[in-house]
Amino acid sequence: MGMSLFTPLSWNDSGFILTGVLNTVYISLVAITIGTVLGLAVGFLRAESNRVTNTLLGGVLDILRSVPLIIQLILFSTYIGAMGHPLNPFAAGSIVLSLYTMAFMGEVFRGGFESVPQSMVVAGRSLGMSYWQTVLYIRLPIGMRAVFPSWLGVALSVIKDSALVSVIGYMELLRTSEQLISRTQQPLEILLGVGLFYFIISYPLSLYGKYVERKMAI
Amino acid sequence: MIKIQGVYKSFDELEVLKGVDLDVKKGEVISVIGGSGSGKSTLLYCINGIEKIQQGNIIVDEIDVHAKGTNRDNLRQRLGMVFQQFNSFPHLTVLENASLAPRIVKKLKKKEAIEIAKEELNNVGLSDKFDEYPTRMSGGQQQRLAIARALAMKPEYMLFDEVTSALDPELVGEVLDTLRMLSDAGMTMICVTHEIAFAREVSDKIAFFHQGIIEELGTPEQVISNPQKETTQKFLSKVLH
Amino acid sequence: MEYVFHWNIVFQKMPQLLHGAFVTLHLSVSAMLIGIVIAVLLAIAKMSKSRIYSLPATIWVEIARNTPALFQIYMAYFGLGALGIHLSPYVAVLSALIFVNAGYLTETFRGGFQSIPETQYNASKSLGMSSIQVYRYIILPQMFRRIYHPMTNQFVWSILMSSLGILVGMNELSGETQRLQSLSFRTLEFFIVAAIMYFIITKFVLLSASLVSKKLFKGDI
Ligand SMILES: Nc1ncnc2c1ncn2[C@@H]1O[C@H](COP(=O)(O)OP(=O)(O)O)[C@@H](O)[C@H]1O
Ligand SMILES: [Mg+2]
Repeated sequence: MGMSLFTPLSWNDSGFILTGVLNTVYISLVAITIGTVLGLAVGFLRAESNRVTNTLLGGVLDILRSVPLIIQLILFSTYIGAMGHPLNPFAAGSIVLSLYTMAFMGEVFRGGFESVPQSMVVAGRSLGMSYWQTVLYIRLPIGMRAVFPSWLGVALSVIKDSALVSVIGYMELLRTSEQLISRTQQPLEILLGVGLFYFIISYPLSLYGKYVERKMAI
Repeated sequence: MIKIQGVYKSFDELEVLKGVDLDVKKGEVISVIGGSGSGKSTLLYCINGIEKIQQGNIIVDEIDVHAKGTNRDNLRQRLGMVFQQFNSFPHLTVLENASLAPRIVKKLKKKEAIEIAKEELNNVGLSDKFDEYPTRMSGGQQQRLAIARALAMKPEYMLFDEVTSALDPELVGEVLDTLRMLSDAGMTMICVTHEIAFAREVSDKIAFFHQGIIEELGTPEQVISNPQKETTQKFLSKVLH
Repeated sequence: MEYVFHWNIVFQKMPQLLHGAFVTLHLSVSAMLIGIVIAVLLAIAKMSKSRIYSLPATIWVEIARNTPALFQIYMAYFGLGALGIHLSPYVAVLSALIFVNAGYLTETFRGGFQSIPETQYNASKSLGMSSIQVYRYIILPQMFRRIYHPMTNQFVWSILMSSLGILVGMNELSGETQRLQSLSFRTLEFFIVAAIMYFIITKFVLLSASLVSKKLFKGDI
């Protein structure tokens, strides 16, 4: 048996795989966190502002939601490269994924703010609360609770979409496994492992989301 | 004529009807009163064959409802039913609600079905609502639509299951007026109801239902003014306060 | 550093880009139609009382919903390849999109069906309708209204996700853009135009869907 060009998967690869796993988790958390914060701001603005701002803001969010993420990633990293300020894949990926997340979270939170009945706000004002106090103590907690299942749904799709950041060279799980596949020529085993990883993260959370939704419906 | 003979009905373990006997002659109005959960709705569902029975017979105009070969879809054309929930078809206009079944079940021409539907809708006072969608109407209007929808099939019998129970108090009157009109026109009716005063006024007979059997059956005079059974007295004292 | 845009080359390649857009539409429409048929069957299976039917349907749905689309495309292209099943990029992307669409739509259909109260069935039965008539005239039309919107969204999702064809060298809009830009190195220009085309396609789909729904659904539910 001669030397093979390909070497099979071995325990030595576990560190490499772990890096991929951690990077996937890392960029997902960053995007969900930043996307949630920005989405809250955007959702609040949209619920509160007049027609003009609303339409403008809506238009921008619309673009983010109507252009494939993969194109946004390629465009952004090419653009900053062409402008002479290349970013590392993690930074570029985080920015695009966060804005993308914001676009979806914004709609979720807007729905949340708008779902709080005006009568509750009036009740708050009648107790002497200021405008911002009603936002902070009434609309935010009540509205956010109502949209938690939708928020979780968006967060789960961000974890899955983070796989796309591999196209601009970020070493997340899928790109790690791509490299392993080209070395080991064992695509099936490796891909099944990758799928299992996503499933193990996503499935329990989706069950939890359904559980909360059912509990809220009663 | 509807003949109910020794009917037993259970849902799995739960025995709901425990030997019900009742005859309803042509032109009679029979009101069924009794506590919640006593099996009144179930009895109506068994009469039109939506629910199966375990023992006994229900005969409608010589047709055994629960016999093997009976075409119950055909039979139900003779038995109109109106429910506590309005059950309007929300995707159809008022006129479409009332003309659908004559058209697709009786296979009438569209024009004919619409004529009949319009006539029945006029009778229940919905002549200005033909093109309205039911979800935009009040409960009383929806319930009158449900009555017209059933009548458009030209049934021989009408089964009413607490048709005023889901209505706001101020809307009960208009629906009861419609029932009164029907009874005056000679329709054969079984009314499950909590409106004791109404039942006494329109009924030929009143059946008091208790735990799956008819405890007491008689004229309004007998059952409401002079109830013999203690359970009947208790029930009446509760609902008449 | 100043970047100088050159649009001419992109306009010259417009026919190819439009062809890419056509493939994108073709791909997502097919994935949607086949996905719908499978989803109807899966939804029926999932509502079955027998686990022999409901379990495989549940497994399909949960895998489709809880793994990335990119993973599914890789599975179809590289994973099946390892088993000796070699799919063309088109078929690989198509199968992956069908798989996901069917998974999501199953839940949409099931939810839509279960949202129609049983009382509608009884009321229709009491008018003498046969079971088939009840479904044809009462249940399915109401169900269709409720699933129309989620179905439109799923279709838009298919269009956007078909862009993953770029990763397996497919000739839909993204893959075609990738190929064309690599010949001319006008990466930005080509992808900006592609982005605009995706935007127009999705807006067009959403707009027509809402126009159709206004025509189709008069009463409110
Ligand atoms: N489809 C059903 N499945 C199981 N139990 C039922 C069903 N329908 C009614 N029941 C039960 O049968 C009993 C009688 O119900 P019902 O006929 O609706 O009473 P009523 O109309 O007198 O209030 C109740 O205990 C009810 O819970
Ligand atoms: Mg009842």
